[in-house]
Amino acid sequence: MEKETITCACGHVNPYGTKLCEKCGRPLTEEEKNTKVVDMRYDGKAIRSKTYNRSVVDKVWNFFSSVKVGIALIIITLLAASVGTFLPQEFYVNVGTLGDKAAYYENTYGTIGKIYYALGLSDLYSSWWFQILVGMLGISIIVASIDRGIPLHKSLTNQRVKRHESFMKRQRIVAEGEVANSEQTLAAIEKEMKALKYNVRRDGDALLAEKNRFSRYGPYINHVGLIVFLVGVSLRVVPGMYVDESMLIREGETIEVMGMPGYFLENDKFILEMHENDEDGPSGEQVRQGVNVVAKNFQTNAKLYKQPEGALPGDTDNLELVKEYSIRVNHPLQHDGYSLYQMDYRLDELYTMTFDLVNKETEKSYGQLTVQLDNPAATYDLGNGSSVEILNYTPDFAGFKDGVPQTNLPVPDNPAFVFKMTTPDTPDGETSFVAIRNTLEPLGENQNMLKFVSATTRNSSGLTIHKDRTIPIIVVGGIIFMIGVAIGSYWNHRRVWVQATAEGKLLLAAHTNKNWFGIKKDLDIVINAAQLPAYVDQLDLNDSEEKQEGDEA
Amino acid sequence: MSLISLSGNLLFVAFLTYLIATLFFGGAVKNSHDKSEAAERHANKWGKIAIIITVIGFIANLGYFITRWMYTGHAPVSNMFEFTTTFGMFIVLAFIIMYFMYRAVVLGLIALPIAVLIIGYAAMFPTDVSPLVPSLQSNWLTIHVITAAFAQSILAISAVAGLVYLLKVVDVKKASKERTALESVMFFVVVVIGFVLVTLVFRGMGYEAQFTYVDKDEIQREITYNMPAIFGMNESAALTEDVMQPLIETPPIINAKKLTTVTWSLLVGTILYALLRLISRKRVSEMLQPFVKRANLELMDEIGYRSVLIGFPVFTLGALIFAMIWAQEAWGRYWGWDPKEVWALITWLFYAAFLHLRLSKGWEGRKSAWLALIGFAIMIFNLVVINLIIAGLHSYA
Repeated sequence: MEKETITCACGHVNPYGTKLCEKCGRPLTEEEKNTKVVDMRYDGKAIRSKTYNRSVVDKVWNFFSSVKVGIALIIITLLAASVGTFLPQEFYVNVGTLGDKAAYYENTYGTIGKIYYALGLSDLYSSWWFQILVGMLGISIIVASIDRGIPLHKSLTNQRVKRHESFMKRQRIVAEGEVANSEQTLAAIEKEMKALKYNVRRDGDALLAEKNRFSRYGPYINHVGLIVFLVGVSLRVVPGMYVDESMLIREGETIEVMGMPGYFLENDKFILEMHENDEDGPSGEQVRQGVNVVAKNFQTNAKLYKQPEGALPGDTDNLELVKEYSIRVNHPLQHDGYSLYQMDYRLDELYTMTFDLVNKETEKSYGQLTVQLDNPAATYDLGNGSSVEILNYTPDFAGFKDGVPQTNLPVPDNPAFVFKMTTPDTPDGETSFVAIRNTLEPLGENQNMLKFVSATTRNSSGLTIHKDRTIPIIVVGGIIFMIGVAIGSYWNHRRVWVQATAEGKLLLAAHTNKNWFGIKKDLDIVINAAQLPAYVDQLDLNDSEEKQEGDEA
Repeated sequence: MSLISLSGNLLFVAFLTYLIATLFFGGAVKNSHDKSEAAERHANKWGKIAIIITVIGFIANLGYFITRWMYTGHAPVSNMFEFTTTFGMFIVLAFIIMYFMYRAVVLGLIALPIAVLIIGYAAMFPTDVSPLVPSLQSNWLTIHVITAAFAQSILAISAVAGLVYLLKVVDVKKASKERTALESVMFFVVVVIGFVLVTLVFRGMGYEAQFTYVDKDEIQREITYNMPAIFGMNESAALTEDVMQPLIETPPIINAKKLTTVTWSLLVGTILYALLRLISRKRVSEMLQPFVKRANLELMDEIGYRSVLIGFPVFTLGALIFAMIWAQEAWGRYWGWDPKEVWALITWLFYAAFLHLRLSKGWEGRKSAWLALIGFAIMIFNLVVINLIIAGLHSYA
């Protein structure tokens, strides 16, 4: 592709696409020549995306560098994100399998729920298309920043003091008039501008006062921060960078920590404390909310163990105690980059059940057995030749299927057993199905029965295990963003050009990227002090709006 | 007087003071054909008195905030009443700051009634002191909520300036989409007044009606209506005698009590609006126009933009970054796509779009003013609908 150039009247050779001469500021395009106020956004530099549009690369580049496309992507992301809040997302729905989820949405929300689930909106934020959308937004930020940032940087670092009159007269704020002694006036302006903390440069009978140029880099800095943030988020897919698991641990248990190989956790005790609310229970508002208790604190007194070097997975011998800690909400147990958070709890889960083996008629006892529900033994020897064998155990009995008891969940919510009872009187053994409030004798009438004596319960604690190595990157991204956005928002780049014209007049022009009131205040001070002619705001909205109203009428 | 009743009284004083200040702002900006210097001085004097009254009201409001904090032992931003009141208080603070930056009296005429409405709306929620659940016991939460509320208040000033701008430039004498949209905004404001009125009336009557119903998990529950039931919960049956029976029964996923409240508010709001129109023979936006005649459009546009510029970084910090720090501390993940989180992100994306549209597409003046109003609508949606209807970790009431 041939590189055309534009030669300005001042002799400077500008790259193709330049709007305002890099050296003197003369408008170079017809469009700029015909406007009252020139477009100062990138100081008139050639922007790649606005200049070339031939090859595929150009087209892709132009697509992503377009602010219009960027804004469209923001709006689409915004709308898509809002759709995901209409119904709860899948990760907030407490059901087991995929089939249950589909059923949950349909049963709870009817046809809308069914469609919502079928369209994948119930897991919108991890859908491929939502991630592509965010990815495109990321590309747009990078491309647009390079496309505009580099020309802007070049232009800002190569500013000439002296600009052509046609440039100055096409600024938004312009003042022109006679002064008695231009040299003295320029000196007075210089002094005033310096007092206002402007950097002032002189070039013969021209002057350029500039302030807070760094603020122009704010948007580019915050875009870098966003990109660092997004890179951090996407690094989660790298193995070892991110762990997010959850587990339920019962009191007294020592189990392997999910997602934390080589570590075991013991739940010493789970504690739940309620707000006492001055004897009379929950306060009015909570009652109205349908809340009957409000937890004040829930905590797990835990011990974290580590396997010795070289131990096999699951081997609990010779565990070394690493840490004892009370895990509470907002106070996770932290070790080796992992954090264990208190998330959930289950109270009064059945732990053991005690039965008495008795003769139905005489109520003579052959002895008692206690079944530990998470780890039932195969046979319980009651002594004196009596024993009980567990033929089948279902922790959460859900009915029979082909004569076999079925379980819903592996949690002992509704335990049921098939026992084989053997006593000296019944040496062949009798079979009995025992569930809560239900006993069946499938193989005929029995002499003996297992009488329920007592049960013990225990609490279990729901913990989540997190490790996120991407956090430092996220933090850096966030800090860079905040610095950039603060620089770009709270400071403005102000420039004032002054020069004595050939006709013996003084010409003043001013530009700021934001906050025109600020620069006008500065100018008022300077104009007062240096006895300058009053300025005109060529884009005064009150004028233009009134005209617009007039046009419509 | 106990600390909590002192706190309540201070809030009431602030509320009344804001109302009085609004009248003075009205006096300060009232369009007068008298352009003489005396009239100008007169207006300035009214403006000065108005801002002094506003500051006094704000001090009382701050007094409410501090005494309630002392009484409850935690920052009073933990339920719908407390948070919404704080939002109203910060709108006044943001207005005071903007006033001293730009000396635009007309802002007060819109900002103060909005604050009054928001505080009035807040007072319709239970004002009881409630203990905090464990996940809310964190300093980061306090910092997050207070910063986010303040940021939203600064952003709200942009909508205030936008509204002044539109009231001045939109030609209300001629039919146009813009006129309809602007009048819809006014109608919405009247409906909020309707909500406050209808709640106060039924509260004054001590209206209460208990019903049983069957929820979506097929569990029987009880509910108390404080307004005559227009909509009934799923399979509802009255427990209280001699109360109005629901006219329409709803399926279990709909909260008929809230729907009833919305319907009553709309009903009363619409009647109120119709009365206003009948009596004045004018649109509400037309009635307000004389007050904004002297508003400086360029200044309003500048304030609208400037408040987004000031508010956007604060919002990022408060509503996103501090929120992430708290979420990381409490839940172990800085982001969980909770509806409230998503709506904070949506608000942030919207204002990012606002800034980009302004910078590169030159969306200034009217377009910018409309965007500012939409931004405020998103924040109100976040506060009202997301909190009350789409429940998440953040739902207060």
